[in-house]
Amino acid sequence: MATQYQQDDDSVVVIIGSGAGGGTLGNELAQKGIDVVILEAGSRIEFEDFINDEWDAFAQLSWLDNRTTGGGWRITKDFPNLPAWIVKAVGGTTIHWAGASLRFHEHEFKALTTYGKIDGANLLDWPITLADLEPYYAKAEDKMGVTRTNDIAGLPGNNNFKVFKAGADKLGYKECHTGRMAINSAERDGRNACQQTGFCFQGCKWGAKWSTLYTEIPKGEETGKLEVRPNSHVVKIEHDVSGKVTGVVYADKDGNLHEQKARVVCVAGNSIESPRLLLNSASTMFPDGLANSSGQVGKNYMRHTTGSVYGVFEKPVHMYRGTTMAGIITDEARHDPSRGFAGGYELETLSLGLPFMAAFLDPGGWGRTFASAMDSYDHMAGMWIVGEDMPQEQNAIKLHAELKDQYGMPIPDVWFTDHANDEAMRNHAYKQGMALYEAVGATRTFPTPPYPSTHNLGTNRMSEKAEDGVVNKWGQTHDIKNLFVSDGSQFTTGAAVNPTLTIVALAIRQADYIAQEMAAGNI
Amino acid sequence: MTTVYQQPGLSRRELLKRGAIGAALIIAGRAVISPDRAWGLEATSLKPDTVATLIRMARDTYPHDRLPDRFYAIAIKGHDTKSAEDEAYKALIEDGVADLDKRAGSVGYRGLGWEEERVAILRDIQDSKFFQTVRGDLVVSLYNQKEVWPFFGYEGEAFSKGGYIERGFDDIEWL
Ligand SMILES: Cc1cc2nc3c(=O)[nH]c(=O)nc-3n(C[C@H](O)[C@H](O)[C@H](O)COP(=O)(O)OP(=O)(O)OC[C@H]3O[C@@H](n4cnc5c(N)ncnc54)[C@H](O)[C@@H]3O)c2cc1C
Ligand code: SF4
Repeated sequence: MATQYQQDDDSVVVIIGSGAGGGTLGNELAQKGIDVVILEAGSRIEFEDFINDEWDAFAQLSWLDNRTTGGGWRITKDFPNLPAWIVKAVGGTTIHWAGASLRFHEHEFKALTTYGKIDGANLLDWPITLADLEPYYAKAEDKMGVTRTNDIAGLPGNNNFKVFKAGADKLGYKECHTGRMAINSAERDGRNACQQTGFCFQGCKWGAKWSTLYTEIPKGEETGKLEVRPNSHVVKIEHDVSGKVTGVVYADKDGNLHEQKARVVCVAGNSIESPRLLLNSASTMFPDGLANSSGQVGKNYMRHTTGSVYGVFEKPVHMYRGTTMAGIITDEARHDPSRGFAGGYELETLSLGLPFMAAFLDPGGWGRTFASAMDSYDHMAGMWIVGEDMPQEQNAIKLHAELKDQYGMPIPDVWFTDHANDEAMRNHAYKQGMALYEAVGATRTFPTPPYPSTHNLGTNRMSEKAEDGVVNKWGQTHDIKNLFVSDGSQFTTGAAVNPTLTIVALAIRQADYIAQEMAAGNI
Repeated sequence: MTTVYQQPGLSRRELLKRGAIGAALIIAGRAVISPDRAWGLEATSLKPDTVATLIRMARDTYPHDRLPDRFYAIAIKGHDTKSAEDEAYKALIEDGVADLDKRAGSVGYRGLGWEEERVAILRDIQDSKFFQTVRGDLVVSLYNQKEVWPFFGYEGEAFSKGGYIERGFDDIEWL
């Protein structure tokens, strides 16, 4: 039986959410002997119980609490109540994720300095540099078993990768390989090697892909210093008259409310729920929500400039066989304004199963154009674009004025509109992706619009100065010393890379800081 | 060698059946029956004519010429089930189909011989709640039938077969 802490134990660190940020932080703190309670809204589903079926897995794992959307993105029309495709379960979105694990480029920590002021964009430099994060990137890569680091071999290329690589060669791209993936290419850390099952997005039933669910969390629990409490949905963070946070109120699976006291509270509910919780915790002392003296809580919502390209070939590809995303081209990741936009993007292999292809290839599409594309499903290859998008103040998580969730709290209303820079980048990437497949003989290509957001970033951003953002360089809120943000919402800017390695590196670094500040009696 | 995925059984009978695609559905009592009498669908709350039109409309929306009608019949069955419990829903479907027939003139929607003629009607109503409801449901209820996956060359569940590591994850030969 794992350790259990009392609800009135005010010596514990409470972490809200058990995903990439929260799960990692919980283990790191527990390894240092600090008592930790992770409150997780979802239930605990072990990897044997994952389902190799897209819609069944979606129903099993996804965050399906009501959300609304607004702004100019096409999601408002096609998926008005599904702005993001993320997980509600122990392990968070590290159950869904594909495993691509890339470091930021140096200049991406200095977006404002490198790109200069861009109209309509709320750009800012990070208060940390690549050099600050490098030691933590190294720890994260080792922890997660990232291929092509620590002498870990790359994954073998599947059919989808082979088409991608052939096209990359034809276009003269130099940097194309099977990626830096937090997926075991051989047994490591007590976990299996990848069996090329092709259901990475539905949860890896082999445990070959890193997820906090079966790495960080059980390791933390083994120390006897970590309790993970599933089906515990935090609705409010409490504070005392001095303005320090004292605990959180959460609903259990029957909807009954409890209070868990805390010495330190770390918010890691992903970039929609984290700012929502801070806003919903408004009080007479903090009428605009907790840690919101800057007014930036919920603002600058980023989701990467994404989109997909699928190509149809005369002969079969069977792209769905094998790893979902083990293939990358990094040539376009550089900052090169001559292309007509600031920042860069990566191209990564991607496949969807037939049911999701139907839903996402051209949402709302029908008729022969659509059906004939589906007829070519097994002759398709696919890739995904992941580029840096511009932080914009009006892209935001707001509290809905009328609608409430099952606990009576306002639901999040997610606003997003592309910046002109985002559009220029996406169009460039579409053109390159289509050219790549045409170079290998594609008879038809599809520039597919972005899916509901899988990368959600920036809504509690890190800043040097308190007036520019929500947290400092340690993820500690500028306003409240014992309140931290520990997930992707800390991102000042998004960079042209998948975010999770950076979320994990920041969590490892934050654990050092929290331990040090607790030991010094500062928090 | 290219690993061949499971093909749906294409017996002589099956091939003959394919010839029947597009032929008129038979209505007998409350049942909608395929022309070759291979399957029938009982309408429980919607009019059988409505069910037959929904099947036609489903194929016009996602036309896969190699897919037998029964998959479209299975895909639209949910509207009949839901209509039994929800009067407003039933009205949405019945009125929507009646409108299709009206727009088609004296022969009715199913009586229009060319797909283009029927699709032109669907294009006119594609933003309506009726069309969006039927299409939104169909994109899942059709493509999420495991039995249709082999027609598209999708193999579905793979864990129990040991993934594709020994079953063709990198078997592409034509590059
Ligand atoms: C399909 C898919 C593929 C992806 N592929 C990649 C990839 O290849 N590489 C990459 O870097 N990233 C990838 N990502 C993104 C990556 O998964 C996320 O960026 C990452 O998991 C975010 O970490 P997080 O800690 O911010 O949030 P999450 O991992 O989402 O964790 C948040 C947790 O908090 C819980 N929670 C929320 N609110 C509350 C509350 N009020 N009370 C209690 N608990 C709460 C949630 O249930 C959840 O478990 C992918 C994502 C998806 C969906
Ligand atoms: S392809 Fe590999 S990583 Fe993905 S689900 Fe299968 S075994 Fe896991």
